[in-house]
Amino acid sequence: MEQFRSVTGLAIPLMEANVDTDVIIPIQRLVGSGRDGLGQYAFERRRYLPDGSDNLDFIPNREPYKGSSIMLAAENFGCGSSREGAVWALMGMGIRCVIAPSFGDIFFANCFQNGLLPVKLPIEAIRRIAQETEESPGNARTTVDLQRKVVITPRGETIPFGVDDRKRHAMLEGLDDISLTLQQGDAIAAWKEKDRASRGWAWESVA
Amino acid sequence: MPSTMFDRIWDSHVIADMGEGWSLLYLDRILVHDLSGGRAMKELAAQGRRVAEPNKVFATPDHAISSEPGRTENTYPKGAKLLASLRERCAAEGVRIFDIGTKGNGIVHVIGPELAIVLPGVTLACGDSHTCTNGGVGAMAFGIGSSELVHALATQTLPQLRPGTFRIRFEGTRPAGVTAKDMILAAIGRFGTAAGTGMAMEYAGSAVRALSLEERLTLCNLSIEMGARVGMVAPDDTTFEYLAGRQFAPTGAAWDAALKDWRVLPSDADARFTRDEVIDMASLVPQITWGTSPEMVTDVTGHVPRLEDAPDASKRSSLEAALRYMGLTPGQKLAGTKVDWVFIGSCTNSRLSDLRAAADVLKGRRKAEHVTAWVVPGSEQVKADAEAEGLHLRFEEAGFEWREPGCALCVAANGETVPDGARCVSTSNRNFVGRQGTGARTHLASPAMAAAAALAGAIVDVRSY
Repeated sequence: MEQFRSVTGLAIPLMEANVDTDVIIPIQRLVGSGRDGLGQYAFERRRYLPDGSDNLDFIPNREPYKGSSIMLAAENFGCGSSREGAVWALMGMGIRCVIAPSFGDIFFANCFQNGLLPVKLPIEAIRRIAQETEESPGNARTTVDLQRKVVITPRGETIPFGVDDRKRHAMLEGLDDISLTLQQGDAIAAWKEKDRASRGWAWESVA
Repeated sequence: MPSTMFDRIWDSHVIADMGEGWSLLYLDRILVHDLSGGRAMKELAAQGRRVAEPNKVFATPDHAISSEPGRTENTYPKGAKLLASLRERCAAEGVRIFDIGTKGNGIVHVIGPELAIVLPGVTLACGDSHTCTNGGVGAMAFGIGSSELVHALATQTLPQLRPGTFRIRFEGTRPAGVTAKDMILAAIGRFGTAAGTGMAMEYAGSAVRALSLEERLTLCNLSIEMGARVGMVAPDDTTFEYLAGRQFAPTGAAWDAALKDWRVLPSDADARFTRDEVIDMASLVPQITWGTSPEMVTDVTGHVPRLEDAPDASKRSSLEAALRYMGLTPGQKLAGTKVDWVFIGSCTNSRLSDLRAAADVLKGRRKAEHVTAWVVPGSEQVKADAEAEGLHLRFEEAGFEWREPGCALCVAANGETVPDGARCVSTSNRNFVGRQGTGARTHLASPAMAAAAALAGAIVDVRSY
């Protein structure tokens, strides 16, 4: 997993609710291609015109937002399909942090597996960041600091956000879960032995 | 203290408390499919790791295989590559695979219950958001991403954050024309597409008790469209009768022991849920979606919202965008809207009872000339059972295409798509922009509603058809 400590940049005010993972990455792009190179297909159907040129009605395509690392959205960002390709595609287009009032549960979990930070803030706070950004996009900079657990808006307002300690630690250090879990090998073995004795039916039928 | 069924299953699978609501959970079953399964197992091997308990992992190709009659794995060449890698990794790891064209193959969430891979009280994870379907047998089944899948395969465990609990009780008698699909679509319309985020759903009440096991699977299938990774129905005699004798169901003394455990799973009568809601069955009529999120749904007798109905500017702009995409006029009546395609299939509605319900609407009539209508059975078993009772002939006589099992047009990952701008009544679970193909306009409905739409060539109320 990629480490994440803090990121500073122009926040892209996408500000839509229910942005689903089918919209973030069409399934066809996940058949036959690996995780690298998905960035060019992020939001593919909205990002490009039929002739392949950029659709300038789509905010992330517009200057000076193009290539920015922070995205602002409304409720339920990343809902729908479990495809982790949505996270890979966002990171491939340069996004390192999405700020939204709520996220799809599976997308939220997938973010923490890859080093894309999902930050939950109240919609009013996100609207303020969007407004401050749109007022002077040329020099509006938002900072998301995972070490301090704060978002600093373009006008300098500091907004704290919540994040689980273990997820924060893993992201700050770029740690994967598997090696941590395997350290619990004894506990897993003991649980299995007990369960096999008390719930044999769950074991025997697939033995 | 009174407990919910969810509490019982969760608590009995905790290996270690990790703090802040996180637990390391044991997984009784893992399901993998062609889209992410081979890749995840390759990643595992690249990390120098092995599948921890291969006998608890089951693989089936479903997403990226053609549904064309007479298909082979090479009908969709991109999918053939994924299948080859899934096969190779399953062989190397000793994981059972239900290969294309063989007994047991089908959509991953159709074969889970069909083969009794999933059982009451078990935990099950799969790299697919509709894993919640399996909760219809009284299991805690949830979708995960690729990285979590690698973790699950390597350890047969997953660190998980305990969700809240949300119960919806459907009370009363089911009105004519109302199916499990209509019940859950109505719930999503009422509570919203994010109401279940961070929650595990339990569906209960007299109307749920009266549902067949297959209908309970449909109900649980759309839990994720309400935001919930888990959806469950308490197991009862309906469940036990369904499971008994299936391939991976316990037998003999193990079955008796299992039954004893399963009978005490249901939530206590006085159990407390984070959120508890009741839906009066008498208030329900057949449902159909009109927009680009499953919450954009209405009674088939209803109208598309007017722009002035939107509570704020942002809702209004999403309403406008949805209607523009769907090619609908604000305030228009839905019934009578011309339909180009009909898709009967998917992990939501491709089981034998779904196909029977659709076939029963046909009554010897033919589809409208301009409609392309597909039936994609959920598994080889469903296909064989349907053919044994002649359902395929009834569909073919009505002008429907009878196809091979798989996810097909639900997820359009196999090269099959609804054409740009075409309007499709679909028994699947997502009406997202581009889900069934670029520019495809999806209306979600029950199999009976879909069959009626094919006959009429338009959205119609199945009760008058």
